[in-house]
Order: sequence, then structure tokens, then C-alpha cells
Amino acid sequence: MPTTRQPPSENAWARRATSAFTRGFTASSLFCPRYALYALMSFLALQGLTKRFGDAVAVDQLSLDVDKGEFVSLLGPSGCGKTTTLQMIAGFVEPSAGTIMLAQRDLTKVKPAARGLGIVFQSYALFPHMTAAQNIAFGLEMRGVAKPEQERRVADALALVGLAGLAERYPRRMSGGQQQRVALARALVIRPDVLLLDEPLSNLDAKLREEMQVELRAIQRTVGTTTILVTHDQGEAMALSDRIVVMNRGRVEQIARPTEIYQAPATAFVANFLGKINVLPASVAAGVATIGSARFATPGAADGRCSASVRPERIAFAAQGLAGTVKARIFQGHHWLLQVATDAGLITVIAPNDGRALPAEGAATHLTWRSEDMTLTEPAR
Amino acid sequence: MSTAETRRRASTPWLLAGPALLLFVGVVLIPIAMTVLLSFHDWGQYKGIDPIITLKNWRDIATDSYFFEIFLRTFRIALMVTAISVAIGAPEAYILNRMGPPWRGIFLVIVLGPLLISVVARTLGWALLLGSTGLVNVALLRLGLVAAPVQFMFSETGMVIALVHVLLPFVVISVWASLQRLDPQIENAAVSLGASAVTVLRRIVLPQVMPGILSGSVVVFALAASAFATPAIIGGRRLKVASTLAYDEFLNTLNWPLGAAVAVLLLIAVAAIIVGANRFTERRYAEVFQ
Repeated sequence: MPTTRQPPSENAWARRATSAFTRGFTASSLFCPRYALYALMSFLALQGLTKRFGDAVAVDQLSLDVDKGEFVSLLGPSGCGKTTTLQMIAGFVEPSAGTIMLAQRDLTKVKPAARGLGIVFQSYALFPHMTAAQNIAFGLEMRGVAKPEQERRVADALALVGLAGLAERYPRRMSGGQQQRVALARALVIRPDVLLLDEPLSNLDAKLREEMQVELRAIQRTVGTTTILVTHDQGEAMALSDRIVVMNRGRVEQIARPTEIYQAPATAFVANFLGKINVLPASVAAGVATIGSARFATPGAADGRCSASVRPERIAFAAQGLAGTVKARIFQGHHWLLQVATDAGLITVIAPNDGRALPAEGAATHLTWRSEDMTLTEPAR
Repeated sequence: MSTAETRRRASTPWLLAGPALLLFVGVVLIPIAMTVLLSFHDWGQYKGIDPIITLKNWRDIATDSYFFEIFLRTFRIALMVTAISVAIGAPEAYILNRMGPPWRGIFLVIVLGPLLISVVARTLGWALLLGSTGLVNVALLRLGLVAAPVQFMFSETGMVIALVHVLLPFVVISVWASLQRLDPQIENAAVSLGASAVTVLRRIVLPQVMPGILSGSVVVFALAASAFATPAIIGGRRLKVASTLAYDEFLNTLNWPLGAAVAVLLLIAVAAIIVGANRFTERRYAEVFQ
């Protein structure tokens, strides 16, 4: 078993929580001296990265700091600018504004061939006229690595991705999953500073994708390469990443750890994009939020109308709370999906299939949840 | 299932292919067989065609250096035309493929345009341009690049120029077809691994379009070796190639058997080269591209 990379210590996370990582994405903090300090310390730093195509802004003022060895995902719907961001890091697209710093080196004007990044493309882009081993050796050849060392490193890379026996096979004769592994080995064998993954799993079927997720994470931990993944699949982003950057229409919506993004979405967009969520109209007065007929203590919340977001799995049936009627009850194997009509609207509830009795269809019931499981945001845009 | 039905099923493909097969036999195989047979007949100035079987024509072709020279010239011209067409056509296809939407269409029409004009009209145009008082020579003289007009007409150079113009689109089309199959990200992949632009072309793009270049070359070579109109107009009576030689033997000397022998030899040589090139391409690239 190869040695695994240690995840960043709790201390590092705490530092992040209070530092530029959470606050460094507003324009004003760009001029904060502390921000500059952290930009110096971080391994890969994107600052105010912007790309305009004519009048359209594909990426708008994106700032991101990535630590050495970290796995960061750019997550968002198609057209949110995540791929353009990746292509700017790779050097295939020239930024309209902003800088890219890698280990204190300004990459912004460096040619793609000289950046030394490993890239796995969505289509894999393997060289069809070369065998798996030749594909992997290509980057080493370009670097003038001596033949014996090339062979050793190619063999190591093939073993790393579990393709030791297929060195002499051509890509056409390989399955999608195998081609994907060759592409990964080809990107990693040059020992890149940063590994860029452009929707690498989207061409695989669901089962294989899950297997590859686990494997990709294990490989990344083994080699410890700083990795940036572009994906539209929230499950993939949550399963693989140390941190997720949620993007929408060229802007960053939230940068946080997967659990944080899921449990405390910063915006209504993030809440809706990651998993099922109930968004309910609420009004706050004197630290108490009123949702339909139910009241929740929310000390410190600003008075006025807002949206309350609650994950369906955090809602429980109770004797008191928000009154409603069960409209539908759907069995889904390891859980039940219920839809309850309340005076705050239709609410989706996910209840574990743990043998406890659930209200039948048509039954009157009450819903409740803890105040801390609820996020209050501005009404959805 | 009855045996009659089985028999009928087995004959269905033959019945369906029948009409086309009959046409093929009627207009291709029978004339070729007759030409082959004709090449073994004798001929005399006063007796005409003598339907006996003799190797006289084939012996003449094999021993007379006149025929050897003409066949050598034919294949020399065809090789030159193929080489120049590939040298110009392959980069042209690559550039076309990288062009943006409006220009790509426009330039494709310009490149393929020559195919829409009759070979005779096009070649006569070249004759006007390449003549001793033609546009090209006048320009060269005025610019002081040459002291006397260059002899393009009735020369191999003139023939090669005109044939390249006619046949270039075939290379462009076949190379372009193979460029279309290229993964658009593949050049980026090579660049990200540290390859220079030249290395990307040589190591990544060229090997993948090689089947296209080879099939384009085969088409150009076959058409150049058997071209008639262009050599007839540019080369005239003075500079013969195999096809104009066969034509002259048939229609001027009226020595049909000798003309038939020349034509059959040209057919066999071109067919052998095409089959050989195809074998090579298939063996070399089957594993990678099938």
C-alpha cells in the first residue's frame, strides 16, 4: 500500500475559514494586505481572472487560491465558465484580465507547452497511432528524459492506473475506462505541478464512473498532485474534492468544503444546484422566523422577508410543527420520498427506511426541523 | 423450411445485384477482355488486323526503347504530379481545416472549383498562359528573371503544372476527410505535454492523416498516369505519354493491336501500383485505425 498524503490539518482549515479563502473573493479584499500574504503562500493563485468573448463575459473576476496537494473542483451548469477557467490555467485561452501564479511564478503569459501541467481531456485525446506505452512516454520524450528512465517511469505510471498488462495496446482496442486511465497516466507521468481534469468521467457509464471516482481519489492521494477538476456533476465534485468552487454565469457563487457547501449553501443557486432542497417563503421578526404556521428561533437573523432552505433528509415528522397532508409516498429502496402539502407550499421529505412508521398517503401530519438545519437567504433570483 | 425456399434465398443477392452486374460486365469487362485479345492480334499496313495470336506487339514494346522512354516519361510525370500535389494539397487541407466558418466555405469552393470546369477548357487556359508569348513568359521577361521565353509548352514541366492544377483537389479532399476525424483536443494534448508546433505536426497530426495522404496520392497517381486531355494539349504530338501513344496508334497509325497492347500495359501497371499502395496502407494502419 503506497503512503497516502496527509489531508490538511484542522489548523489549516481553521486558518482558511477565517482568512482570504472565505473573504478573499470580493473586490475590496483584493487590496487587503493579508490577502496578498496568502496569495504569496498559496501554490496556485488565480487573481481577478476574466475572459470576455466580444460582449459576453464567460468568466468574471474569478479569484481562487489552491494549496499544494489540494483537490479543488470547479462545479456548475454548462456555460458557467468552468471550462474556460480551466483552459486559461492550461494556457489554451488567453485571459482578458487577471493573473495566474504557480509557485510564485507568473504563468499568465507562459506558452502552454512550457507550463508543465498535466491535462486529462473530456475526450481523452489519446494519440490513436501510438500504443498506451508510447502515449505515456510522449511527454517524457519531449522533456528529453533518457530512454531507460522513460521505460521505468512509463511502467510505474501504467501500474499506478492498473494497466500494467496493456502497454502495447492501441487506444482503439481499449474500453472507455482503460482509455481514461491511459490519459490519466499520460498526464501524471510528467510529474506535473498541477493536474487539470476536464470532465474526465462524463463519457463513462454510471457504474464505471463511480469506480473511477474512488480510484481517481486514491491515485491523487498517492501521488499528491495538486488537482483541479471541472465537472457539472455535483456528486462527483462532492465525492472527490477537498474544496468546491460553485460557479454560475461566469461568477463564483461559493468556495467551501463539500459538507459546508451542501449544509450551508451561500446562495439560493448553490442550494438548488447541489441536491434536493426545499425553498420556503419565510419572514423574520425579532429573531423568530415564521414559515407557514410554524415558528423557528433564529437569533441574529435580519428582519424582513426571506427564503428558508431545508434539505429533505433533515425534516422529521412530529406531533407539532408545520401542519400538512401527505400527498405522495414513494418507496426508493434505502429511503422513502414523501411529498407533504403545507400552507408554506409542497415540501419534499426524505425518510430513511429504518422500520419506523411513516404517515400514510392522505394522512394529516406535522413537520419539524432544527433551526440550524435551515439556511435563510435572500429570495431566489 | 423447404429446400426450394432455401435455394431461392441463396439466389436473392444474385438477383438483386444482377442488373448492375450485367451493366458492369457489358461495358467494362467485355471491352477490356476484347482489348486484351486485340493486343495479341497481328497488324500490317496493307492487310489490316489479322486475328491470329502472336506476341509480336508485346515483343515490340518490350524491346523498342521508344516505348520504354514513353512509359518512363508517363510514370515520371505521374510521380512528379503526385509529389507536388501532396506537398501543396496536404498543407492546404490543414490550413482549410483550421479556418473559421465563412472563409472555410469560400476557400473550399475555390479549391474544388477546378473540378467544375471541363478538363479541355482548363488545359487550353494553361496553354494560353504557358505559351512563348503567354502571360507567364511575358511576366518573367518583363521582370528580367529570364533572358528568353521558357519553353513550357510541349515540355514535361508544362504538363506537370497543368496536371497538378487539375488533380490537386483530390488530395485536398482526402486529406481533409482524415483531418475531420482528428480529435480537436489532440493538438492541445500534445502541446500540454511539451511538444512544439513542429513536433505536433510531425509526430501527432501527420501520422494520423497519412492514410488520407496515401489514398489521395493513389487517386492522383492513377489519374495522372492515365490522363489524356492535358498531355494531348500541352504535350501535343511531340511529347507523348502512354495514353496519347495508345490514342495515336488507334486513330492515326490505325495499328489497333499495338495501341491495345500499350493501353493494356498502362492498365496493368496502374492497377498494380494502386493495389500495392492499398495493401501497404491497410497493413501499416489497420491496427491503429480500424
